[in-house]
Amino acid sequence: MDAVANNFWTTPGGWTLITVAQILAVVLPLLVALAFFMLADRKIWAGVQMRKGPNVVGPFGLLQSFADLIKFVLKEIVIPDGADKFVFLLAPVLTFVLAMVGWAVIPFAPGWVVSDINVGVLYLFAISSLGVYGIIMGGWASNSKYPFLGSLRSAAQMVSYEVSIGFVIVTVILLSGTMNLQKIVELQSGGFWNWNVFGGPGLANLPLALIMVPMAVIFFISALAETNRPPFDLPEAESELVAGYQVEYSSSPFLLFMIGELVNIVLMCALISVMFFGGWQAPIDLPWVASWPPTVQSFYGLMWFVMKICFFFFLIGMVKAIVPRYRYDQLMRLGWKVFLPTSLVAVVLVAAWRVFGPGGA
Amino acid sequence: MALAIAFYLLAAVTVGAGFGVVSSRNPVHSVLFLILSFFSAAGLFVTMGAEFLAMLLVVVYVGAVAVLFLFVVMMLDVDFAALRQGFARYMPLGGLVAGILAIEMIVVATAVATGGTPKADTPQVYGDVSNIEAIGRVLYTDYVYFFQAAGLVLLVAMIGAIVLTLRHKPGVRRQVIVDQVARTPKTGMRVVQIKPGQGIDQ
Repeated sequence: MDAVANNFWTTPGGWTLITVAQILAVVLPLLVALAFFMLADRKIWAGVQMRKGPNVVGPFGLLQSFADLIKFVLKEIVIPDGADKFVFLLAPVLTFVLAMVGWAVIPFAPGWVVSDINVGVLYLFAISSLGVYGIIMGGWASNSKYPFLGSLRSAAQMVSYEVSIGFVIVTVILLSGTMNLQKIVELQSGGFWNWNVFGGPGLANLPLALIMVPMAVIFFISALAETNRPPFDLPEAESELVAGYQVEYSSSPFLLFMIGELVNIVLMCALISVMFFGGWQAPIDLPWVASWPPTVQSFYGLMWFVMKICFFFFLIGMVKAIVPRYRYDQLMRLGWKVFLPTSLVAVVLVAAWRVFGPGGA
Repeated sequence: MALAIAFYLLAAVTVGAGFGVVSSRNPVHSVLFLILSFFSAAGLFVTMGAEFLAMLLVVVYVGAVAVLFLFVVMMLDVDFAALRQGFARYMPLGGLVAGILAIEMIVVATAVATGGTPKADTPQVYGDVSNIEAIGRVLYTDYVYFFQAAGLVLLVAMIGAIVLTLRHKPGVRRQVIVDQVARTPKTGMRVVQIKPGQGIDQ
């Protein structure tokens, strides 16, 4: 019986079935969690400004996001005159899909990953560099000036910050020696001093924290710029461009843009946790955890991972609430003149440490 | 079988998108088709087991180069009717180039098809490592000088572009962030005791 079952799961049909099930197991909880992330974002923002935030729909406003969802879906889709209809509708779909496919390589718990590929880090980098297309296409296809200006800004901004993100990722790859996200997490086991932000596995690498802590900060700030979050929300700066590339969008296409953006933000939170803060590893290895059944251990890991994601999401929410928007030339200066040289030097230093430092080749 | 289906699907999309690049009337659509074709070419790399190259293709060409193409094409108001005016004049030359390319590809394809892949019997030196490591080892040992030379060529191109476009306007007040951050209340403001009827003596 068991052998038959095993055979079925290895046939193409069974493999497709199980992969689809895995994808649903990631996407559905993610979308539900997203509703609450959205609410949390608004609540944090409100809290900083001493407001109450959404508090009408459901207890403490918990159902606000679902009410918004219904509102968006039921509204009429308006397509502006002279818009490139196909590209106009393709753009939000692209944003949403690209935000979702990134989760394919994120390790949620020991062994829990939809696609355990060798080039996971590069895959995520590629996906996030594609995210700019949804915005450019949306801005261009709207046939309107504000969206177009917004999309041009975003193109320049995202391409600029990808460079520093790329270099920061290289430092992590140098520390881990692999691009497989699951292995990167596994290497950070044992306690918080083994996390990449503190120089990676082994106390001997602790001096590297001097480089890796700033790298984590640079990654965090670049992630803000990459996802068009305040203080880098110039593509949609409402006081200058109304709402940037989203001006002409209404109803479900707008919803797709909004969800896509939020999924990207949460994905960046997940990526920071995986690359710098040990992913699903607990900060302190409790000896009795190893004796638990594997499923419970997986959920234990998942709990830590979700907690780390929530922590970084909270940070991003706080940044939105307390930091004023950058001017465009300041944004470019920060990306090219501060982050790029800093991360470049860091790559050289980390590489040198790996070769000449303790345990070096 | 699944691999064959994937190959034919991706190859068909690549070729179809290639036709789209040259046949679409709107330049932005051309670039979008180009992106689609890059993307499917990356998929072809994956079917061949070269996942590192596939990702690089997406990161470099789709993520950066094509964005700049799109950037330029969207900013320039390209009038395609004007571009097509010289079509008949450039037709013979273009046809010649296309013909040579087609013949070359057919020659290579027949050579591979009849004689097998060249150097197929080359021993797989880096058999057990992932192809990231394999490429890295070759690139930084056997071909390190070529690799560095390629980097230098790109550096020269970059510096050239900067030199051509960089202009320093005299008399422009620029923001000096270091100065701004270094300002203290002492240097930034002056507390003045104003006597009634006198005003501030500047």
